[in-house]
Parts: sequence; structure tokens; C-alpha cells
Amino acid sequence: MFVINCPFCGEREHSEFKAGGEAHIVRPKQPTELSDDEWAEYLFMRKNIKGIQFERWNHAHGCRKWFNMVRDTSNDEIKAVYKMGEKPPIK
Amino acid sequence: MTKNLRVKTGKAIDETYRILFKFNGKTYYGFKGDTLSSALLANDVHLVGRSFKYHRPRGIMTAGSEEPNAIVQLHDKSSRTEPNVRATEVEIYDGLEASSQNCWPNVKFDIGGINNFLSPLLPAGFYYKTFMWPASFWKKYEYLIRKSAGLGKSPTEPDPDVYEHKYIHCDVLVIGSGISGIMAAKTAAKSGFKTLLVDEKPNLGGSTIYQNSDYFKINNQNSSSWLEKEINEIKKLKNLEIRIRTSVAAYHGYNFLLARENLTDHLPVEQRKDKTRHKLLKIRAKKVISATGSIERPMIFDNNDRPGILLSSAIKRYVDFFGVACGEKNILFTNNDSAYETAITLIQKGINIEAIVDNREEVDSKLLYEVEKNNIKIFKGYTVTDTFGYKRINKISIKQLSKDGQKVVGSKINLSCDCLGVSGGWTPAVHLFTQSGGKLKFREDDQVFIPSIYPSDQLSIGSCNGDFTLDEILINTPRSLKEFLNIKNTEYENLEVISSANKSKRNIWLLPSDKVLGKTKSFVDYQNDATAKDIKLALREGFRSIEHVKRYTTTGMGTDQGKLGNMHALGIISETAGAKMGELGTTTFRPPYTPLTFGTIVGRNVGEYFDIFRKTPIHNWHEKNKAEFENVGQWKRAWYYPKENENMHQAVQRESKAARESAGILDASTLGKIDIQGTDASEFLNRVYTNAWSKLAIGKCRYGLMLNEDGMVYDDGVTTRLGENRYIMTTTTGGAANVMGKLEDYLQTEWPELDVYLTSVTDHFATVSVCGPNSKKIVSEVIPDLDFSDESFPHMSFKNAKIGKINCRVMRISFTGEHSYEINIQSNYGKSVWEKCIEAGKEYNITPYGTETMHLLRAEKGFIIVGQDTDATMTPIDLQMDWIVSKKKYDFIGKRSLYRSDTIREDRKQLVGLLTEDPNEVLEEGAQIVADVNKSPIEMLGHITSSYYSPNLKKSIALGVVKGGKNMMGQKLIIPMEKKNINVTVADPVFLDKENKRLNA
Ligand SMILES: [Zn+2]
Repeated sequence: MFVINCPFCGEREHSEFKAGGEAHIVRPKQPTELSDDEWAEYLFMRKNIKGIQFERWNHAHGCRKWFNMVRDTSNDEIKAVYKMGEKPPIK
Repeated sequence: MTKNLRVKTGKAIDETYRILFKFNGKTYYGFKGDTLSSALLANDVHLVGRSFKYHRPRGIMTAGSEEPNAIVQLHDKSSRTEPNVRATEVEIYDGLEASSQNCWPNVKFDIGGINNFLSPLLPAGFYYKTFMWPASFWKKYEYLIRKSAGLGKSPTEPDPDVYEHKYIHCDVLVIGSGISGIMAAKTAAKSGFKTLLVDEKPNLGGSTIYQNSDYFKINNQNSSSWLEKEINEIKKLKNLEIRIRTSVAAYHGYNFLLARENLTDHLPVEQRKDKTRHKLLKIRAKKVISATGSIERPMIFDNNDRPGILLSSAIKRYVDFFGVACGEKNILFTNNDSAYETAITLIQKGINIEAIVDNREEVDSKLLYEVEKNNIKIFKGYTVTDTFGYKRINKISIKQLSKDGQKVVGSKINLSCDCLGVSGGWTPAVHLFTQSGGKLKFREDDQVFIPSIYPSDQLSIGSCNGDFTLDEILINTPRSLKEFLNIKNTEYENLEVISSANKSKRNIWLLPSDKVLGKTKSFVDYQNDATAKDIKLALREGFRSIEHVKRYTTTGMGTDQGKLGNMHALGIISETAGAKMGELGTTTFRPPYTPLTFGTIVGRNVGEYFDIFRKTPIHNWHEKNKAEFENVGQWKRAWYYPKENENMHQAVQRESKAARESAGILDASTLGKIDIQGTDASEFLNRVYTNAWSKLAIGKCRYGLMLNEDGMVYDDGVTTRLGENRYIMTTTTGGAANVMGKLEDYLQTEWPELDVYLTSVTDHFATVSVCGPNSKKIVSEVIPDLDFSDESFPHMSFKNAKIGKINCRVMRISFTGEHSYEINIQSNYGKSVWEKCIEAGKEYNITPYGTETMHLLRAEKGFIIVGQDTDATMTPIDLQMDWIVSKKKYDFIGKRSLYRSDTIREDRKQLVGLLTEDPNEVLEEGAQIVADVNKSPIEMLGHITSSYYSPNLKKSIALGVVKGGKNMMGQKLIIPMEKKNINVTVADPVFLDKENKRLNA
């Protein structure tokens, strides 16, 4: 049960949010130009890291905005939250 | 006659208030303030249960929540019955009835006790080894094992009590109200923090509150008197909330904790009416201070489990607190100074002590000298080697320990007794700390695990942090608090402390015996009957990981999670395997710390509040007209409207015929509705639907299919262009929220450049759908000003209209294949418009129909239902809906996936119609479809997704998915059922009006 600092609303309970998988996977601009393998890479392949992971979250029962989170999956520490389109503040 | 072992008024007891209660059918009395265990002990009842595996007689062992043995069932055969309750935690009240668990037929004569004599046949892993193979025998064994194990009975009637959940937010949560917890709560509250103090017991003060001797003093007062003053002061603090009888069950990340506050369990049953029984507190604390104390360790020697053997600290608590002597001939067995504190208490209260057996040789201890002064024999450097007495201890054997503590030497001495108090030192109660993700470190000096790395803003103080003596606590607690709360001073800076206990301990995990290990029963886990021998056997058989040994021997797997003996198990493993304790680590302590009832967990979410549901604005009409309802997502939808004596099939046949022959009316308010606005709205629809939207004229409607990025059908519905930059999209009832979420996701994350705004308006509109050949006449009467001519208002178009003064939107769209209109109006007017349509339709026999008829009508027409005919593996091509996939559009969600090597396979499962050879035979949805029943194994080609008897076509129709079905038109297939094979023919999925004559009529 995290406390998540929504970049738009501030600190809210975990239960208001929905996790949306790995962040920074950009939908290809020209999908038709891609081979099956390249498309499959975009479509299916996701990392599952023990450690620092970049994730998408949605404040589903709040402002409904999507944003990004840097989370250490080994201890659930949230290192940073930042808006969509912004560069991660941590590498 | 039972003996009365009440010695002197205890701190917690009100001797003017007698309470009668029943235990195992016999009536006893105790006093207000007693726990079930203190009251039983006062009546000289030690034997309270049988052990799990060997059914050995067991007695009360502790005075707290760590109790492994005294597990009872309350109020057997009543709706309030509760199993697995610790007698040490039950406060007695008038009318309390408790009975022993885990013994059959009764506690004094227990058939399972024979297991005790068979125990050589019941080693560790016995259940796994014997009963798991052959698997087919398990059913028989299970019955017998469960009967003889008998771990309590669950209630058979609904729980009459009320439970609640409550959220609490605080700056500082203090868990535990012993001396360090009281100091922490006072300091935090006085420093301006909004503080919550919880304790599982009904009183504050922990064990210091009954520490009344000259050997423990603070500022020249007995430590108990000093603490009492502190408690009286904190009760006046405005910033501090105190909750007693509140046990923290779970400590999750980010300082989120669950606690159970017990409000009525101590009251007589008749006083509980209309009161909340338990509150589940969901606590979010900025800072948490754990002052959870420590649990005294037993010692591991042969037959260390007999009734009458208690923790030494429990004996002290029973005397000081409840005024109850646990025996008349007491012996204490210890490896540290704690037992002498108990001895001093017993001496003060005039209770006989036969002897003290101390592992240690020479110790310079003031407490020990005091006891010696009272002419009590102390056997220094001795250990207990065996105990005697079946239902109550009556004798022990002791022997001298060798210098290295590995052997016993010299001759055996027998001592008679009726109570043996053991003290193996203390184990910090770090359960909650580890639940929170905290890491422990092992302190070699006194062989304890203490908190090391905190995962959140928290602090452990007092004995749960390894400070066991009064002076350590009073010096370290203020120091830690200052740093943790970031304050300059506490009230506890210059206390004068007298703390006389000697800190030495002679820790021997498994005490030596004069017998070989195989002949001993030295219990490590009392509740699950795991012995030192079992642990060694597990190691011999190759188990190394502590988690594996735990599961194999079941050590620590009881309802007490091995609060007493887990450390000894680790110690024995460490010694036997030659591994360091610190490297072995501990097993994982899992929530809840003590068991919670289901009632507490579900709170008010019972009965009609079990799951929330949504009602349409027309719901009351459906109810009044006797509709049966169906759950669709969270909605209650009218399913069918049975007339007198009609069953579902009859009602649906009647409704379906009426809709096609004259007029039907459906409440379609549950369909998801999304208002889409913005200059890029058309482009947005182009990207999310498979077909093209740019050319849709204002005032026209279009059906759209939405895919996932993997090319599989996700949702469908009709979208209407309301204006240049405005659309209203409808979604399936169940998919509405997900579609909205998905569209928002793409807009915000992939296409932020698009000028599009989405608003969910599902609840804002009621939708009344009127269909059938007479639908036009009916809606014209309801909306007389509107031109309903086919030229002006053709199929798939929309008009704004007014009913009276109220604006509404009318769409001519159809999910049944009939000429039909949907009137969308602000929700408040939904029911009135519905009733107007019913009134206007009277002369046309307008028939309300529910979801079942809707499904039948659309199946006749071959319209799919997403989620029924599709299952996230169906592409539009698989559905034979190639026509809806735009070839011209450069991209849309899922487009690229439609020509992956897998999605272009010809032999994918494809949607087809199926007609039975016998037109009256209706197939079962979900039934398998095969071609050849003689082949082995039979190749499964697909399954039936929708199936009905069509009253309009007068035959059975079905939709199904079949491998390569698209190219099998006219082929014969078989539906193999339990009793017969049904012959079917593959057909066009559109069974009725392929030319759309009825739609456009
Ligand atoms: Zn937000």
C-alpha cells in the first residue's frame, strides 16, 4: 500500500491508482514499416527488473492523469514521479 | 472440590464482582478482570487441550497472545461460536462458555492420544511421506486426519455481529504500551505530533506495571508506581488517542498498518446488541514507533510440554496481575536472571518455591542473593533432563551440566513439583518490524535478532529492540526518541534508575539429556508438535534452507506462527549444520500477527453491500413489472419479464416474437456513453476504430469495432456525429470503464498532440430502445413534432428532438435487426419517457424485453456480442467482419497485428453459424465442436459461443468458433455431448434478413 505523490494532485492512497506497466515504450510512428519481429518487440517484450524500474501509473480514481514513476521493485521505494513526456529525473 | 489458588488481590482483579463461566461444560467462577486462563488457573485447571499430532495433554503456557496450547472454542453450537481463540486473551464475562479444541471425545480421555505411543511412527514429514501416495488414498486419510486433528469448528449460521472498517491518519503511531511505549507516546504527543497509542491488552503498562520490588526503581519509586503516574498523565493529553484491546495484525509498506480493535468481546452477550464487535483500523502513520516488547523463550528439554509447565514470566504475571498462583509446589528453571524476578514476586506473595534450577554456574546477581536469603535451594549449573506426570507435571529430574554445556554429568536428582516455570531469556517481538520489510541483525552476546535496517520512517524501542533491562530502556529510549522525532529534549533526561538484574545468560538451544535424542520428546513447536528430533531428522534428510525445514517439520506453521520456539529451531539448525545464526536468517512472519475473524476482514461488506451495484433510472419500473434481473458488470439489468407461470424460456420466446411481429421495448441505459469533443475528434476515431470516420456526415451514426494493439477485438458500439467536432460513442455495458481508460491512455501518452476531450456520460442519459414493425408509430406519438419519414430519418441517422420541454437525442439504430429507435434523454426523465412509450405502444402490444431476448434477437441477425462470441483471441477477420477493416487507413490501433504470421493463419478459429439436424435441438453454449468422434484423441475444432431456439425462424440457431470455419460452409460437424452426439451443419452466421429489409422498412 504505497502513498503515491500524483504530479497533479499530491499524495494519495495506493488504492486510487492503477499500474500501467513499463514506461517509455513509444508506440512506433509507422507500424506498417516494421517486421513481425520488430512489432513483436514493441507489442510483447517488457522488462521485469529487480531494482530500479520505470513505470506508468494512472490516477484512475482521482484526476485520471497518466504519469511516470521510478520505483525500486526490491523494496518498493518510489524514487520519483514525473509527468508524461518529461525526462526521467533519475537514470 | 477444586482448589482455590487465589492468593491476594491482583492488580487487574475486582474481587467484588464474581463471574460465572463454563469450561468444557463445567461451571467455574472468576472475577471481573480475569482472563479465561487466569480464572482457570485460579481453579487449578491446567489441562486445557491436546496437541495437534500426538494428542498429548497440554496446559496453559503463557499469559499473552503468544499462547500455543490454550486454544479454545467459544460458545460452541451458537451463531457466535469462534474457534482457535487463545484462552490467555479472552476476558471472562457472565455466560462465557468455552471448550477445549483438538480433543475427541474429551480432553481427559482422548482417542488420538494413542498417537503419542505411536510417535516413533510419526516422524517429521510423516504426513507427506505416508499420506500423499498413492494419491487416491488421500480422500480416506484426509477424513480420519481431519476428524482426529479437529482444529476447531467454524460457525454454521450467519454471524449476528456487526463489524466496521475505519481509516486513521496520524503523525505517530506507537504500538505497545509498555514502559517504552508510554514514554514514546507522551514524548510524541507533547512535542506536537498527532499520536495514536495502541495495545492489544485491556490495560496499559506492559510488564513494568506490576514490577513492585526494591530492585527496580525509577526516581526512588517502584517502577510500577512511576509508570502509573506517567499513564495517568498521558490520559489527559489532547494530542494523544489511546486504543486498548487493539492488536496490530499487519504492518505493510509505507507505514500502512491494519489493527483489530476489539469492542465487545469482553461484554456479556446480552450487552453486545447494537454494538460494533470489531473495528478493523486502517492506519496510515507518518512515523511508527514499535514498542512491541519481547516474548520469553521456553527451553528445549525432554517432555517440556506437560500441563503445569509455564513461562516463568507468565507465572509472575498471573500472580501480580490476577492474584493467581499457578501451583503450590513451584520450581523455576532458568538460564538468566528473569526467573529470579518471578521468584521474588512469589516470595512476596507467600507462594512456595521448591527450588530453582539455573543453567549458569556462579552469577553475581542481587536478585539471586535475595532469593538465596529466603532459603530457597538453587541448583547452579544444572539442567532439567526430564519431567513426569501425564495430565499435570508432578516431578522433574535434573542433572549437572558439563563445563561446555554439551553433556550432563553426575547423578540424577528428582524433585517433585506441581508447576515448573521456565525462562530461556527473551526474544524481541520483531514480527511487525519484519512484516514491514525490515532487516534484522543477530546479536551474538545474547543470541537475539534485533532490528537493523528500517524500510520506512519507523523506530523500535524497548525490549523489541533488544533493550531488556530497565536501565537500558530508560537510557536508550529517550535518546532514540530525540533523534527520531527531531526534538531537543524529553522529560526523561536525568532519571535515577535502579535495575538489579544481571544480564548474563547461558544460552543452550537444545539442552543435553542422559537419553539419546531419538528417545526424547523435546518440543520446539508446541502447537504443531515439532520436536528437536524432527528438526535434526530434516537436516539429516538433506534439508538446509530454514524455510524448507519449517515446511517439512511444520515448525512455526501453527496459528501462533511459532512465537515461542522458532528461535530454538534456528539455533538447533545452526548448531547441527554448523551455520551461523546471522547467516541462516529467520523464517518469514506473515500477517496477521494474531488471527483475525472473517467478520473483521469483510466489515460492512456483507449481504446486499457485499458488492456495489448500479441501477438504471428505469429500474423501479422493471421491479414493479416483475422483471428478473441479471448482473452485467456492476449493473442490474432486466433479464426477462415473466408473466404468470412463465419460465424463462417461455418469456423469452414470447418477448422475441412480439418484438419482431409488432413492437418491443428495451432499457439500454447501461450502454457506455462517451462524449468526444475537439478539433481532432474525427482523426481520433480513425485511430481507435478499424473503419474510417472522416467522411461520416453530421447527424449520421456508424458501427465501430475497436481492437487491442494485438489485433484482437476489444469492444464495439455505435458512434454518432453530433456536430463538426463532436461525437457520442457508445460502448458495451461491461466494457465502458475500460474503453474510457484505454482511450484516455492513448490520448495522454501516445497522441498528446490531438485536440480531443473525453467525458464519460453513461449515467447522464437514460436510453429507451423501441423496436419492431410498429416502432415508428409509437415513437411518433411520443415525439409528435419530429419528422420520422424514412427520407428524412433513415436507418443509421440521428435527430435532436424535444419531448415536452425536454431535449432528447433520437437515433435510428438497431441491435435486433428490426426497424428501431433509441431515445436518449437526461436520466431523470428516463422513466417518464419509458412509460410514455409503453402507453403509446399499448394498442401495438408493445412488449418490454430483457437482455436474454436482446441476445436472441441479435443472434438471429448474426450480430456478435463482444465477450460472448469473442474472447480476446478473435480478430475482425476471424469474425468474418473483414468489411469493417479499412484498407485505406495508414494506421489504427491493432492494424499492424492483423498481418502477423499468426493472425493470417487460415486455420484460426473463425465465427460461423451452426444449424442442428433436428431443428428442435438447442445446443449448449460452451459445448465442443468436432469433426470426427472416432479419432483418438478427438481433435477439438472449436466451441459454441451463442445458442437459442428462434421463435421467429422456428428452429434452433447457434454461433460458434471453428478452426478454418470460414471455408467449411455447408459441412457437417458433430457436437459430442455426454449422452449423444448432435449433428450440425456450418451455416452463414446471419440467420435472418440478410438483405436488411426489416431494418429499412
Ligand atoms: Zn491525480
